[in-house]
Amino acid sequence: MNTWQDSLIELIRRTSAEIPDDVQRAILAALEREKKGTIAESAMKIIEHNIALAKQKSQPICQDTGSVLFYVDSPAGFDQISFTEAARNAVKLATQKGYLRQNSVDSLTGKNDGTNLGPGAPTIHFHQHKEAAVSVRLMLKGGGCENVGAQYSLPDETIKADRDMAGCRKAILDAVLQAQGKGCGPGVLGVCIGGDRATGYEFSKIQFLRTLDDRNPNPELDKLEQDILNTANELGIGPMGFGGKTTLLGVKICAANRVPASFFVSISYMCWAYRRHGARLDATGKIMDWLY
Amino acid sequence: MNISTPLTEEVVRQLKVGDAVEITGVVVTGRDAVHKYLAKGGELPPGVSLTGSIIYHCGPVVFKDEAGNWKVTAAGPTTSIREEPYQGDIIKKFGVRAVIGKGGMGDRTLAACQEAGAVYLHAIGGAAQVLAEHITKVRNVYFLEKFGSPEAIWELDVVKFPAVVTMDAHGNSLHKEVLAHSQAELAKRV
Repeated sequence: MNTWQDSLIELIRRTSAEIPDDVQRAILAALEREKKGTIAESAMKIIEHNIALAKQKSQPICQDTGSVLFYVDSPAGFDQISFTEAARNAVKLATQKGYLRQNSVDSLTGKNDGTNLGPGAPTIHFHQHKEAAVSVRLMLKGGGCENVGAQYSLPDETIKADRDMAGCRKAILDAVLQAQGKGCGPGVLGVCIGGDRATGYEFSKIQFLRTLDDRNPNPELDKLEQDILNTANELGIGPMGFGGKTTLLGVKICAANRVPASFFVSISYMCWAYRRHGARLDATGKIMDWLY
Repeated sequence: MNISTPLTEEVVRQLKVGDAVEITGVVVTGRDAVHKYLAKGGELPPGVSLTGSIIYHCGPVVFKDEAGNWKVTAAGPTTSIREEPYQGDIIKKFGVRAVIGKGGMGDRTLAACQEAGAVYLHAIGGAAQVLAEHITKVRNVYFLEKFGSPEAIWELDVVKFPAVVTMDAHGNSLHKEVLAHSQAELAKRV
């Protein structure tokens, strides 16, 4: 399994140190938009410089190397047990190499054993697909942005949100308002309308696997994505909550069926340090190509 | 504006919301575990004083190089609001003059800043590499075993470390201003 392990270490290194191209383009556009000489512009300049420096030094973009979340699409018959073992070893070794911070704490004892391994660490989501290759996507999601995620149960009287698209819009924009700069904005929203509480959040995170410049194939959701993005950027929260023009870099929304009694809107927030990469691996675990 | 440690009340009182500063001197990291510990009556390690100090809300990535010296390889700020229950008391009790973090803090900390003469300095969240470049040396580490590496107290030499004053010693908070403004703008759009 050493080939698998080595490939996954490289995936972790790349994810921790290199911002995907689609995100970098959005950040550069945001830098251009901010008014010259403002603290918002200087924040975006530091962010841009940080991205370049991390890549050049092959070191973490952000010191919070986050929850380690793998999304694996594999053919039928794929050995998930061996993959899990390789992924756990890769996480442990990537931590020793400094691609990941010692970032995993036992929730009961408060101990951090420095391995980044434990219950739910890392988390691996397996799905089957019809292709022969194995696609492995990795997200490193920091705690600052995770903490500003929110789940609304509609109707919600406090924000006057009913069980309709207008209510969903109010909930999503309220989450942006509540987050202010605390999630390291400008950020990206992943949203799921519907589902149960757990799948709602899970699906909202899967939205981050989309590229920022794609468009939603569902016209209604596409319209809502554009509307939320434009409206959020009129609120003046700006980079880091310093005030300014760019509050969000993107909005990605999906829908899941719900039971008649429930109507959840689940919102995950991704910071500007949007660490997501992926690779297609052959049956031996060798990297064939990169997905982002 | 350049500021250096130890900070005096006079210097701190001159700072205003929106000022960009560059910090040179010593900063000490402290986050969730350290704040809870100090607020509940825990004592500082022998030889450590926080009078005139700057606390940095940060859990750095730190390595020992081949010569056995610690080296900070990534060190951006963590979210400060989690320390809101403790920060004001710690500022007053230990004579802290500045806190570096991200996301801003609440009314209790703002009141303590005004009363005791302290400021909140916002560093760029996520900019771990740029900020690590401004950390020139690890002077000491405390509570490494007790709290683990991200939660330990790291005493760091910094040169021209960039930050913005977002809460000053006169009761002003950029975070309150931006929240009020964005709330009003949102109300027009829903």
